Amino acid sequence: MCATCGCDDHSHEQGGGVVIDLEERLLARNDHLAGHIRDWLASIGVRSYNLMSSPGSGKTTLLERTVRELGLPCSVIEGDQETTFDADRIQATGVAAVQVNTGAGCHLDAVMVRKALASLDPAPGSVVFVENVGNLVCPALFDLGETGRVVILSVTEGEDKPLKYPHLVRTGDVVLLNKVDLLPYLDFSQDRFLRALRQVNPHAPLLPVSARTGEGLADWYAWLSR
Amino acid sequence: MHELSLTEGIVSTITARLGDRRVVMVRLEIGKLAGVVVDSVRFCFDVVVAGTSVEGARLEIVEPGGRALCRDCGAEFLTDDPILLCPCGSSDVEVLAGMELLIKAVEVEPDVRDVRV
Repeated sequence: MCATCGCDDHSHEQGGGVVIDLEERLLARNDHLAGHIRDWLASIGVRSYNLMSSPGSGKTTLLERTVRELGLPCSVIEGDQETTFDADRIQATGVAAVQVNTGAGCHLDAVMVRKALASLDPAPGSVVFVENVGNLVCPALFDLGETGRVVILSVTEGEDKPLKYPHLVRTGDVVLLNKVDLLPYLDFSQDRFLRALRQVNPHAPLLPVSARTGEGLADWYAWLSR
Repeated sequence: MHELSLTEGIVSTITARLGDRRVVMVRLEIGKLAGVVVDSVRFCFDVVVAGTSVEGARLEIVEPGGRALCRDCGAEFLTDDPILLCPCGSSDVEVLAGMELLIKAVEVEPDVRDVRV
């Protein structure tokens, strides 16, 4: 038997070296921790939502309004490369918020979320919003132990965004189309956007909203409370 | 650039499993639909292995192609396109292959621990 990995059913010899089969998933550590986070949150009746979008799509404005109007106890984890601006904005609403600065990192991972949750200590039955780093690429791969994934796109970004960033948009459990109050000033077709969305995500509900005016937010709150 | 943190994870996984054993080859499987840029992994690998037991190791990357099953028409089809459209036009598909993100194997220098008993 091989004393390195304990196996006895395959050859290890190759060009003088010893080949050891690992079969480890690259994201095994993140996914394992995310599983623990998910189980722990479920055990205390907390739902968490991973909000993913480009920078400037209106995530923080949406959250400022959501934590005030949802009617459920909320807390927020804010991910940004630098500054505490977003956490400051949430805290100004009276809701607890923790800022995670990723430095060179372009996404949140389960380790960062676990640490933030430890300091946030969410109340049983509450809702935790995790605002990911503004980025439509990197956050897609990283499970944060969330109950659901929220993809936020805005009308100023163009109709073809879902097709340009299919990996991330595909993972959304719900898609918010924000800033619809600006539609009268843009050549944005909601039909073309919906067609693009359905090519990468056939089922997620699409909720047109304006975090600024409040239009459509009742549907968002209904989705969160379902 | 999530490839940097992925690649850091590769090295920490290997060192956690094998301690300070000198690694001369790392074989990864990165599916073509996984959303990971292989060239970026190669670039990051050379950076993150510096000063570890994996430094200088040869990196072999196998890239399985994508295969999916259409939930609408039932056809199985091959695609490496991240926009997963069945030839019938449906995007309601289940990915069967191409999402792999695995450390398949490593090659280490032989030492006394490999003596078969």
